[in-house]
Amino acid sequence: MGEKRKIKVLVCKPGLDGHDRGAKVIARALRDAGMEVIYTGLHQTPDMVVQTVLQEDPDAVILSMLSGAHKALCPVIMEKLKENEIDDVLISVGGIIPDEDKPFLEEHGLKGFYGPGTELKTIVEFVKNNLKR
Amino acid sequence: MDYSDLIQKLLNGNARAVARLITLVENDIVAAENIINAIYSHTGNAYILGITGSPGSGKSTFISTLTKIYAKQGKKIGIICVDPTSPLTGGALLGDRIRMKDNFSLKNVFIRSMANRGQLGGLARATEDVVKILDVYGCDIIIVETVGVGQSEVDIFKSAHSVVVLLVPGLGDDIQAIKAGIMEITDIFVVNKMDLSGADKKIADIMQMLELRMNYKYESLKDEENILLKSNWTPEIVKINSITGENFEKLTELIDKHRDFLSKSGVMADYQKNRIKSETLQILKHKITKKVEGLISSNPTIDEYLRLVMDKSLDPYSMANLIIKLLGLE
Repeated sequence: MGEKRKIKVLVCKPGLDGHDRGAKVIARALRDAGMEVIYTGLHQTPDMVVQTVLQEDPDAVILSMLSGAHKALCPVIMEKLKENEIDDVLISVGGIIPDEDKPFLEEHGLKGFYGPGTELKTIVEFVKNNLKR
Repeated sequence: MDYSDLIQKLLNGNARAVARLITLVENDIVAAENIINAIYSHTGNAYILGITGSPGSGKSTFISTLTKIYAKQGKKIGIICVDPTSPLTGGALLGDRIRMKDNFSLKNVFIRSMANRGQLGGLARATEDVVKILDVYGCDIIIVETVGVGQSEVDIFKSAHSVVVLLVPGLGDDIQAIKAGIMEITDIFVVNKMDLSGADKKIADIMQMLELRMNYKYESLKDEENILLKSNWTPEIVKINSITGENFEKLTELIDKHRDFLSKSGVMADYQKNRIKSETLQILKHKITKKVEGLISSNPTIDEYLRLVMDKSLDPYSMANLIIKLLGLE
């Protein structure tokens, strides 16, 4: 086969949340772990997220959400991914996710839920160990 | 592996198949060979626009504005953004999409970020292959954004029909304008951020350089007898503002003018020939390097040569010649 396979990760900020320090730190950590990381910038609609996944073909997606809109936006994103037959990509969400919301998000196929204080290597390992392909 | 299903979907215009095929050609050169082999006869319809310039000159924002104009004209657009891979970790942060948000949801725009994976020259190894896939996908225009370049990352001129170089006011004096490299391969100079002071000075510097110009890239492409006919493209200069879109009308006219020049002057045919040559050379280099690496790690004769070089009874050049003999390439 060809060169060693690279893990490609998409880091997204869906919704109106304007704080992306955490997302940038995570993007940087994954980069330093040898992954190719795409950062989309702020204020992504579900359609924009799905279009980006469709075109960039990442192995994993990290949604960073601090605004409390995760229960509204995540299911829409998952639904639209399904419509586009994208089922082999690890979709995770992190940021401020209250414990009581986690089962709901898990039901919709999301993973992760890491919040402030998580060690960066935990997130790197999480991505490496949960890839679907 | 069999890619015929994906390729059929690509021919039907399926975006997901495009993305998968791009991943395959990026990751696996054997896959790339099979895929390009299957789609090559469908290529050749897209116009390829190369955008280059130093980091922070505004390439991504510029492309975003240009894409909006082309999309409004009903064109289908492919965008390839190349960013650098870390030489230390092999990782990369691809951030060009951030500036192209407005185009994410446009159905006729396909944006793909690529890491250069250590390749010098401003592009990635697989960039040429990705261009072909987007071409077959039906893109009318393919915009290739190089990594933020220094002065000699000039590979783009072998891949693109028109090369647009972005410059910004206040960076570099008139000496920068007469150096070799990137300034020599440009078809259209764009002075971005025209609202900053010094934009007109920048234009004056470029004009001065062009007046003294002795040779230009098309001269090395053409037949002797057609010298006069073919050498009449003088690089154009335009100042623009990518945020407001000011002067973009003029810019698209210049791109059309250059496109016209390529087809009417006959340069296009030469250009295609040279492009195929340089691409094949690139592939050969890759293949032969692989062969040589295989030979060096497995052939006991090489150990013998190595010992001789270490004893100073042979030198590295002579050893290289002996290896060429071993490969049967003499």
